[in-house]
Amino acid sequence: MDELRPVTTICYYDLGGKLHQMACKVTTVPFRGTKEQEEKLLAVIAELRDTPGALMPIMQRAQDIYGYLPIEVQTIIADQMNVPLEKIYGIATFYAQFALAPKGEYRISVCLGTACYVKGSQPVYDKISELLGIKEGECTPDGKFSLESCRCVGACGLAPVMMINDDVYGRLVPDMIPDILKKYE
Amino acid sequence: MHNISIQELEAIRDKMAPHINFRHEEMIGKMDDNYRIHVCVCGGTGCTSSGSETLIKVLNEELEKNGLTDQVQIVKTGCFGLCALGPIMIVHPEGSFYSRVTPEMIPEIVKEHLVGGKPVTKYLYKETVTENGTIGYDQTHFYAKQNRVALRNCGRISPEKIDEYIGTNGYFALKKVLTEMKPEDVIQVLLDSGLRGRGGAGFPTGLKWKFARAYDNDQKYVCCNADEGDPGAFMDRSVLEGDPHVVLEAMTIAGYTIGASQGYIYVRAEYPIAVKRLQIAIEQAHEYGLLGDNILGTGFKFDIGLRLGAGAFVCGEETALMTSIEGNRGEPRPRPPFPAEKGLFQKPSILNNVETWANIPQIILKGAAWFASMGTEKSKGTKVFALGGKINNTGLVEIPMGTTLREVIEEIGGGIPNGKKFKAAQTGGPSGGCIPAEHFDVPIDYDNLIAIGSMMGSGGLIVMDEDNCMVDIAKFFLQFTVDESCGKCTPCRIGTKRLLEMLERITKGQGKLEDLDKMEELCYYIKANALCGLGQTAPNPVLSTLRYFRDEYIAHVVDKRCPAGVCKDLLKFVVDKEKCVGCGLCMRNCPAGAITRTEYVAPGHKLASVEIDPDKCVKCGVCMGNCKFKAISKQ
Ligand SMILES: Cc1cc2nc3c(=O)[nH]c(=O)nc-3n(C[C@H](O)[C@H](O)[C@H](O)COP(=O)(O)O)c2cc1C
Ligand code: FES
Repeated sequence: MDELRPVTTICYYDLGGKLHQMACKVTTVPFRGTKEQEEKLLAVIAELRDTPGALMPIMQRAQDIYGYLPIEVQTIIADQMNVPLEKIYGIATFYAQFALAPKGEYRISVCLGTACYVKGSQPVYDKISELLGIKEGECTPDGKFSLESCRCVGACGLAPVMMINDDVYGRLVPDMIPDILKKYE
Repeated sequence: MHNISIQELEAIRDKMAPHINFRHEEMIGKMDDNYRIHVCVCGGTGCTSSGSETLIKVLNEELEKNGLTDQVQIVKTGCFGLCALGPIMIVHPEGSFYSRVTPEMIPEIVKEHLVGGKPVTKYLYKETVTENGTIGYDQTHFYAKQNRVALRNCGRISPEKIDEYIGTNGYFALKKVLTEMKPEDVIQVLLDSGLRGRGGAGFPTGLKWKFARAYDNDQKYVCCNADEGDPGAFMDRSVLEGDPHVVLEAMTIAGYTIGASQGYIYVRAEYPIAVKRLQIAIEQAHEYGLLGDNILGTGFKFDIGLRLGAGAFVCGEETALMTSIEGNRGEPRPRPPFPAEKGLFQKPSILNNVETWANIPQIILKGAAWFASMGTEKSKGTKVFALGGKINNTGLVEIPMGTTLREVIEEIGGGIPNGKKFKAAQTGGPSGGCIPAEHFDVPIDYDNLIAIGSMMGSGGLIVMDEDNCMVDIAKFFLQFTVDESCGKCTPCRIGTKRLLEMLERITKGQGKLEDLDKMEELCYYIKANALCGLGQTAPNPVLSTLRYFRDEYIAHVVDKRCPAGVCKDLLKFVVDKEKCVGCGLCMRNCPAGAITRTEYVAPGHKLASVEIDPDKCVKCGVCMGNCKFKAISKQ
């Protein structure tokens, strides 16, 4: 499991013919990007590079393509856009939606928005964490489940709410969790 | 498609208006098709989550089976507001309000109601059924006091059809502005209307536009704040999902007024349905030439781009939002210069909230006086609130400014579930505060809420009952701001962290009395010194709970007790030995093996009672939940 946690290392990148270095957090999961994925990404960059404020949309589309934004993908974007890797990395780590490590096959996301919190979503979250043995942002060793909290999915009428990929579960109590997780095993 | 002309716009409206009115008041005009029944199914996020897509599928199949497809029209609308009873389905012309509809109910409803003409009373929203027959849902407690201005089309039209929007007089405010009004006139109308921003701060919208218009520049920008960061609030999302064109129309009006040709909508990425509907709306507006060059043949040009946020609360702040649209880390900038002078890409810009935009076309069409006739002296119009938490009717409500909290919670909201006692209402999200019962009768408006230590915010209204611990709630919001602080300024980055640590100590029973004063002092320091609104308002949840619920803090600090029974470290589960019959169920189910049998047999019982070892207890509460004799309680 430890190998799924990001580790800090030094990355090198080339900008304007000069080698630069930067300390950054990377995942130890080997990068398995394919040729097709890279071609798709290059096409996206070609399409968007001249729109004002292109970096964020490019990174969002890149995450759609790869499922996460490993340093390898960040490097492609930095090279293509001719900006320092620091800048891409800075954006990737600023926004909660960019993931540096891959997510599970089933992404569990428990709402800790106010409406859900006052109705007891924290105990629901704790129960999942306990059952799967993972914490915020982590993934089970078999790559099956990952756990994260989110802020209001807009279904406050069903509070407390969680989502597993696109399935929404509402009016939860901790005792319902084992049966729900079983559906995905 | 070519750019439609004003005559063509009028033709579409005249054709569509009867269809829309059919779902509303008495019929006006004649429809050009044979649909005698309209079934409106909510396609908002709340109802979609509780299964409305499946309903539409089953409904279609049943209509097919019964040969009704050319008589009954299914309309997938935006949010009706009463999310607690979703999925919701309304059948017109009767306006029958079906609640918590399941696929199994559909065949019966189709057979009895759509074919037979008799509403299936047992599936109707209970409040609409009286001894003397059914009443319109607009007469129920939830709807009677509401006045839908910003939400007027939510639940009434299909958000994915521009013609339906035009049928509600949509794009006619734009037509009026482009053909009859000068930019100064528009600003004057907004100023006269008294419209203030619905995104939180309540700045007069007309004034904001006036400033931006005054700066000369070849390029200006109009931005829409659809970042809706307050967790537990979903007003803006419902407008975008239910009536996306109103935002496009209003932004175009602003473009004409301040002299901009480009707009951006910055929308939370967590809102996939809203994003999709906006994309469709922008595409359709382009097809009709209501966006692009030469709008309605007037020579005016305006376009709108969509930008997705990526999960950073601070990006709701205006300068941070603009930095984010520019493609950077969304860190705020010091003001001045204000965005009206140097905003997006360093050009004069305005930013308004979704709900603010949704009010504007109506103000243009109906006039400033109409709008100013609603509300209080300094807060005009209506406000949408997302009612949530411990309240029966969770959902979206739009009320005139000046309505009291009592009316919202007791009448519209239907009170607190399970006979529990009201403790506080939280407004303004992480920037706001908690309002106790003693202020139940204060009319809700911008200034009153600030006076009682909270704020309007964007419209989240979360109700808490006696089971919620106010120290824990303050900690919850502080945790949120610590996570979301962008780190640029020290008071916010470090100050909020220290504040959170103090709260954590208190909830663990390690707090001291002087900590409370220290906390207050730190709060005022952060408020005075933080760079942006995030830090300046972050201490509010702490200050307001300290102000109204100091006794709860003191219970944590002095008595080492959490009166609401939430803070785990202060909890103790105890067995009432007189009530315990010694069945042993709790012993078998305790995950920590913390329960053992004593030697005491209570009078009238056969078996010895049990006791809980506080050192082993993990405070999961399983024993208490399982005990049929109510012999275990938490203290
Ligand atoms: C930390 C922070 C978060 C904010 N989040 C939002 C938000 O999610 N939505 C919003 O409309 N305004 C938000 N605002 C307010 C905006 O800065 C700005 O005042 C508003 O969008 C202006 O529009 P209005 O005048 O129409 O209200 C936020 C402000 C701060 C300081
Ligand atoms: S707070 Fe959880 S869905 Fe809104």
